[in-house]
Amino acid sequence: MALFARRAVAPLEYTRKTWMRLWVLGVMAFLYAPLLVLMAFSFNDSKRNVVWKGFTLKYYVKALANDSLVEALVNSLTIALLATVISVVLGALAGLMLWRFRFPLKGTVEGVMALPIIVPEICMGVAMLIFFAKVQWPTGLPWPLNLSAITIAHITFCFPFVAMVVRSRMASFNREQEEAAKDLGASEWQTFRDILLPHMRPSLVAGALLAFTLSLDDFVITFFTSGPDTVTFPIKVYSMVRFSVTPEVNAASTILIILTVALTAVALKLQGVKAFAEAH
Amino acid sequence: MALQDWRLHKRPFAAIAGAPILWLVLFFVVPMGIVWLYSFGQNVGPADIAITGTLDNYKRATEWLYLSIFFKSLAVAALVTLICLVVGFPVAMAITFASEKWRPWLLLGIMLPFWTNLLVRTYALMTVMGGNGYANRGLGALWNGASWLKTLVGLQPLEAWTPVQLLYNNFAVVVGLVYVHLPFMVLPLYSALDRLDRSLIEASLDLGAGHLRTLTRIVMPLAAPGIAAGVMITLIPALGAYLTPDLMGGTDSQMIANVIERQFKRANDWPFGAALSFLLIYAMFILVALQSLRSGRTAKEAR
Amino acid sequence: MPEPIIQIRNVTKRFGKVAAVDDVSLDILAGEFFVLLGPSGCGKTTLLRMIAGFELPTTGQILIDGQDMAGIPPNRRPVNMVFQSYAVFPHMSVADNVGYGLKIAGVGRAERDERVREALQLVSLAGFEDRKPDQMSGGQRQRVALARSLVMRPKVLLLDEPLSALDAKLRSQMQLELAELQDEVGITFVTVTHDQDEALSMACRIAVMNKGEVAQLATPSDLYEFPANRFVADFVGSVNIFEGKLTLDEADRAAVDCPGLGKVYLNHGVTGPHGADVWVALRPEKIYLHVPGEGKAIRAAAQDAPEDHNLARGVIKGMSYLGDITLYEIKLESGAMIRVSRPNLSRRDQEDFTWDDKVSMHWRADSPVVLLG
Repeated sequence: MALFARRAVAPLEYTRKTWMRLWVLGVMAFLYAPLLVLMAFSFNDSKRNVVWKGFTLKYYVKALANDSLVEALVNSLTIALLATVISVVLGALAGLMLWRFRFPLKGTVEGVMALPIIVPEICMGVAMLIFFAKVQWPTGLPWPLNLSAITIAHITFCFPFVAMVVRSRMASFNREQEEAAKDLGASEWQTFRDILLPHMRPSLVAGALLAFTLSLDDFVITFFTSGPDTVTFPIKVYSMVRFSVTPEVNAASTILIILTVALTAVALKLQGVKAFAEAH
Repeated sequence: MALQDWRLHKRPFAAIAGAPILWLVLFFVVPMGIVWLYSFGQNVGPADIAITGTLDNYKRATEWLYLSIFFKSLAVAALVTLICLVVGFPVAMAITFASEKWRPWLLLGIMLPFWTNLLVRTYALMTVMGGNGYANRGLGALWNGASWLKTLVGLQPLEAWTPVQLLYNNFAVVVGLVYVHLPFMVLPLYSALDRLDRSLIEASLDLGAGHLRTLTRIVMPLAAPGIAAGVMITLIPALGAYLTPDLMGGTDSQMIANVIERQFKRANDWPFGAALSFLLIYAMFILVALQSLRSGRTAKEAR
Repeated sequence: MPEPIIQIRNVTKRFGKVAAVDDVSLDILAGEFFVLLGPSGCGKTTLLRMIAGFELPTTGQILIDGQDMAGIPPNRRPVNMVFQSYAVFPHMSVADNVGYGLKIAGVGRAERDERVREALQLVSLAGFEDRKPDQMSGGQRQRVALARSLVMRPKVLLLDEPLSALDAKLRSQMQLELAELQDEVGITFVTVTHDQDEALSMACRIAVMNKGEVAQLATPSDLYEFPANRFVADFVGSVNIFEGKLTLDEADRAAVDCPGLGKVYLNHGVTGPHGADVWVALRPEKIYLHVPGEGKAIRAAAQDAPEDHNLARGVIKGMSYLGDITLYEIKLESGAMIRVSRPNLSRRDQEDFTWDDKVSMHWRADSPVVLLG
């Protein structure tokens, strides 16, 4: 994109106005510069993120040799995966329920289902802390069962998002397709499998991505539900940032950023840039 | 489209609705209920809480110390929302009117940070804003440039640059919250602007209005639902923000969420923490109610 | 001859590599009802939007009332537009919509109210001032858009497919109303449409566009009766086109030998090179249909073509009864198909033609049009 217009700018070509481009460029710089600096310095042969002292991979070696950091990353990914699978199932069911049926207290159910989305994370974290303490949820179980409390908390705030995405997708479903399938002899289950499910699929992919990112991203709620032996990646990074800034954090963060970008690339490949942009 | 009555389809309804409703009740309604009950309780032992129906916790929450923190949180969240709106609106406009080829990439550019881990992003921002970080060095370079310009015209040079404290204060909290929440604002703005019929803008220009007047009289009123959505989606999480003030703030920049956290992790006063939590939730409810009141009014006007 | 109010000089508009408008030059005269007609994607809307200022020409010049419009934004051009979607502001009342431009221009409250009232009266919407657009029908919204533009007293009113969103009955009513309105206010109207009936019924002059170029600029009847090329002949109305060779071309007569149709005679010259490949266009309603054998008598009455010319025989292969006319698809002896229409002058006629009837046809020497391109 040439920054400055070569030909005259038509009235609605706001994006071709120079100040607009500078503005967008500035915002993008604000959003990305810190991340790029962080990534660059993960390869810097110096303890401090200031001056470039030469290329090194030693912090990656260090980070990967740091058992607690690796364990935290594995924990995070495990939780995210489990939470995503269960959230997609629950969310799809919830979305279908709200889309399909009329039942008593529907407004209340809808409202309560929206609550995990709008209730501040800190309040949910507190609720989870008290809840698991009150029911005396077993601790000290072998891996991965020790992650169950965190996973349950994550599912609780992830699946309403999936439900929302699925429901808005189903709103565009033409019920006549379903009637046509039944008219051609399909049973309830066959209709669901052959007609409804394919229509739902993009929302399931989008919902799964959303759930995975939300789970991987969560700090506050996990902070209240994790114990000393169930540390997730954000919790680990938090304590590292809080108590001793080491370049290992740069390296670990870079790995996570690259993971995010890779995941996005996969999503793009699956859906195409356009469909992807429309889904959000 | 007619909805199906659950009574006529009991079995499919049970199969579909059972699991999510059960989950929601068990792992959301019950925990929230316990918190609510705790907010009327008091500590009777190191690990024992008696629910006595006392209102002491709420009384204590309205003490000036806590009230001021609450209002400060609200002020910070409002300021962050305003900055996000002002910064994000032109970006949303740019995305809306970008060419077919560029639009998805610009959107992706806004969404990618939103998918990147919050902690990683906060940490990255802290790196840049640190005492010796690039933000400070950039400012230093500007300062030296200005100093050099002054000597050029024969004036006394400025004093030597001393790095400013960018981190661990209220300024850092605001910058950090804007950094984190900007994508939240841009996306709903974009989807509202994208739905706007372009010929309305053209009609306004055609009738003699300039771009600024078209913006204030046509675009903004019609994008109002999107603006409201963006404001809510930024204001609510910003009000309950914990991580940014915790990591980037100073001793005087804690927000309500930090106070709540302290009751649980350090002060060990769970009933009081529960009361503060519910006050925060009530504040959220008021915001949401105001918003739905507003959108209800617009819907009625439209009718 | 009235002054041209809009002069379009060698205007080209490229989107990437595609030329949406390709070196178009034309004048639009003050006070006329001018129509840009063409299929979708022919560049007519782009041309209109360039006049309004929403698109900028890649090269070329547009003058309105003698003033070059380069660098003048739409809000400072002396033209107003009625949009295809009407673009009525949904958050404003009818009166606020119509008064918007006046308010922007700084017209005082009293005068504004008066002019809004007049404009609404003009489009028969008096009393609708306080309605919101979503309480109105499509036709009414269009009138609001019309009033909103007319109240500005523009030098030129641009209309982008003004009738395309209306149903058939309303459309023909609005065609008449628009033409009357134009007559009443005396403003130059420039309308874009893809509907030939609309163009023929409303326009003073029509520019037919094809692939970014003006295929022909003429009055409605000239366009229909004297199309300049195959595209115009085919696009405006229904037509039979046959390929042939020019065998005779003099000042007052010409003849074309068409393998498909037979020998065609014209009572005027066409000024084409002898032996050139040409096309003959023949409108379905200009062909007389009769039972074989009767033709001679009728033809003798016409007496304007030599023996064996302007005659054809065939078998009816298809019929569509359209109420006012009946359309016949006839297979000629050469194997080619020809369309013939016949007015239904009386009620159902027992003697009428039907499927597989053998028929003969003839046409007058002034009916065919010879097209060189």
